[in-house]
Amino acid sequence: MDATQLIHPLLALALAPLMAGIVNKTKSAFAGRNGPPVLQPYRDLWRLLHKGAVYSRTTSWILRAGPIVSLAAVVTALAMLPFGGTAAPLSFAGDLIVFAYLFGLVRFLMVAAALDTGSSFEGMGASREVTFSALAEPALLLALAALARMAGSPSLSGLLAGAVANPAVSIPVLLLAAAAVGIVLLAENARIPVDDPNTHLELTMIHEVMILDTSGPDLAFAGYAALLKQWAFAALLVGVLVPWRTGVLWADVALALAAMAAVAVGIGVVESTMARLRLVRVPQLLLAAVACAALAVVLVLR
Amino acid sequence: MTVNADLLLRNGQAAPLGAVPDVGIDVFRNRVVAAVAGGMRLAALFGRPDADAPGAIRLVAVLASDSTSHLSLLRTCVERDYPALTPDCPQAHWFEREIAEQWDIRPKGHPWLKPVRFHEPYARGAGVFAHPGQGPLCGVTDFFRVEGEEIHEVAVGPVHAGVIEPGHFRFQCHGETVLHLEISLGYQHRGIERRLVGGPDARTLHLVETAAGDTTVGHATAYCQALESLAGVGVPARAQAIRGIALELERLTCHIGDLGALAGDIGFLPTASYCGRIRGDGLNMTAQLCGSRFGRGLLTPGGVRFDIDAARADDLLRRLDAVAADAASAINLLWNKPSVMARFEETGTLSAETVRQIGLVGPAARACGIGLDVRHDHPAGIFSFAHVPVATWHSGDVFARAYVRWLEVQRSVEFVRDQLRGLPDGPIAVAMPPLAPGRTVVTLVEGWRGEVCHVAATDDAGRLAHYKIIDPSLHNWFGLALALRGQQISDFPLCNKSFNLSYCGHDL
Repeated sequence: MDATQLIHPLLALALAPLMAGIVNKTKSAFAGRNGPPVLQPYRDLWRLLHKGAVYSRTTSWILRAGPIVSLAAVVTALAMLPFGGTAAPLSFAGDLIVFAYLFGLVRFLMVAAALDTGSSFEGMGASREVTFSALAEPALLLALAALARMAGSPSLSGLLAGAVANPAVSIPVLLLAAAAVGIVLLAENARIPVDDPNTHLELTMIHEVMILDTSGPDLAFAGYAALLKQWAFAALLVGVLVPWRTGVLWADVALALAAMAAVAVGIGVVESTMARLRLVRVPQLLLAAVACAALAVVLVLR
Repeated sequence: MTVNADLLLRNGQAAPLGAVPDVGIDVFRNRVVAAVAGGMRLAALFGRPDADAPGAIRLVAVLASDSTSHLSLLRTCVERDYPALTPDCPQAHWFEREIAEQWDIRPKGHPWLKPVRFHEPYARGAGVFAHPGQGPLCGVTDFFRVEGEEIHEVAVGPVHAGVIEPGHFRFQCHGETVLHLEISLGYQHRGIERRLVGGPDARTLHLVETAAGDTTVGHATAYCQALESLAGVGVPARAQAIRGIALELERLTCHIGDLGALAGDIGFLPTASYCGRIRGDGLNMTAQLCGSRFGRGLLTPGGVRFDIDAARADDLLRRLDAVAADAASAINLLWNKPSVMARFEETGTLSAETVRQIGLVGPAARACGIGLDVRHDHPAGIFSFAHVPVATWHSGDVFARAYVRWLEVQRSVEFVRDQLRGLPDGPIAVAMPPLAPGRTVVTLVEGWRGEVCHVAATDDAGRLAHYKIIDPSLHNWFGLALALRGQQISDFPLCNKSFNLSYCGHDL
């Protein structure tokens, strides 16, 4: 194993909260505010780690397991992603399926933990999360399948290796896959137009309402896992959209990091310029992602 | 003295108590039901003790005829129970629950007889609400339940995630669809009306101002008009203009704040963040008038306590222009944004028929195409001279309630601008003589949420024998519950914000 393979996991662990800080700064700029410091997400995590956790007597070990297993699963998934010319520490044929379903594991545990509390709010959030992710999952898998077929590699490292063979086919496929991954990124990470990360209104929440009974270090773990998950989807999007490599390691990593910052700004711009969708309309957006991904598959199979 | 002729009063016109027709309960019931069926509105229905009839409770009905600008009063005497009006006149629904709770009198046949504010009755009677073992506890009552395996119940509040007032909301849901919403309030009950009895004293005005803190000017205007009418004094024109300016500033400020909050609820940040700031600018204009951002201490019976000199009028005009321009650029973003309109349109729709049946008031009624506006229908004070056009929209949904607010903001800006430019000369207050004994008066004011109704009566010594405050929220909370039927539960915060009702104005 090469030491450069550890660059991306370490960058992700260190910079995922910064990405959230950039999103918030962008939104603040649009709103004409100074906004919280760009390093605020780090302070929030640090503060939560120093707090005690409160557990309801009606909950079991499932509530406690949720955040820890989520964090572990997301870190494992990150290890499968190549980033800006650095190879992934973990790579094998079919790892893209494992990648997608590690997030399925996260979802399963967070939903189970939410149901474990017995709160009607969290039950509602769990039901919404499952409904929407059932539609987001095919979009992600189809997009990955299209990319894998085009690259002729059954592994994330292979399909994000950055080789653009036949531009007439590969550019539309890349764009369609990027559109699908972009929508899934917004949906899976509780962003507008699907969810509102800043709302205090329990009845409208999806992700936030599932962790209402999580506190202290557990909340820090759940929050950190969510930030890493956002990083993972953004890195996937960057891998699809920025296939160029200079061959110089530091230049490739810097380019990828710049692209990550651009994704963060993009999320902030989307959140600043449009309202949330009505919940019954969210499936239509996700079906659009599925359609994009399916079209990409059709193009590569042609 | 028993009089059977109709007593027709204007808004703010006092009459001897004895002139109010005193009829039997059956006649009372028939006349109220017939009047409401004929298009009048039940502005107030309440009970009060009466020295002439010990042991019994007087029921007083105030019927408003909005087309002819008069108010019709009617009273009767009941003991222990009486046939409820609600089955034939749904507008009486909340009022009769209040009567049952306050005076322990049973409205027989009331379809949903529950406490409104969960307090001990003022008098012992029929034992309508039994609370074995302990006093009434807020929110502890039976709620309407929908049975079925796939039905789930969601209870929200009284403690909420945001910094808002306490209230309990019980949803019966099938999946994400709300079949029924029941709203249980009373957590803010302070007993304001009871404390006003025996007044007016140094505290009275301040208690009235805080009936609903965001409607300070609305309630204070209704109170001052009532007292002035009971004392038989006229208010100088300059004071009336300043009251009108304060009332319209309150309206435009609250409406701008509401539009921002509506945008915030759907995650549309540009309007949300700018409106929050512009609302502050509006509040600061009121602070320029009297030192309080909510207009506390501006009004006083007989006039106002602070004058507007030429320099201040210029300053206010400049600030008003800035607020109007900023509000236009922030709020017009809403109507041009498809993602916003997709949330606003066809959400929480009420029909004009429902509005008439349950007696909604204010922007909520005007958003259903009903041109109900006290400033137009029952003008008093400055509104007898300066006309403000009634803003209506026809669709009855969240969009309509938002758009009516925006129309009203613009018209209030015009009104304030006109008044500031042409302030009448003269004194700003007159001395208040003592109140005339044995008289009653009804005053209506179009507060920013709708019709603020105050009913006052004096005893033989000229003190307040009874004082009834009806905040528009009392009429409108039930409208919110009906607007939610068949809606997505995730749209509740949006619908709630589109009504933005007062908890403390309801709980008093």
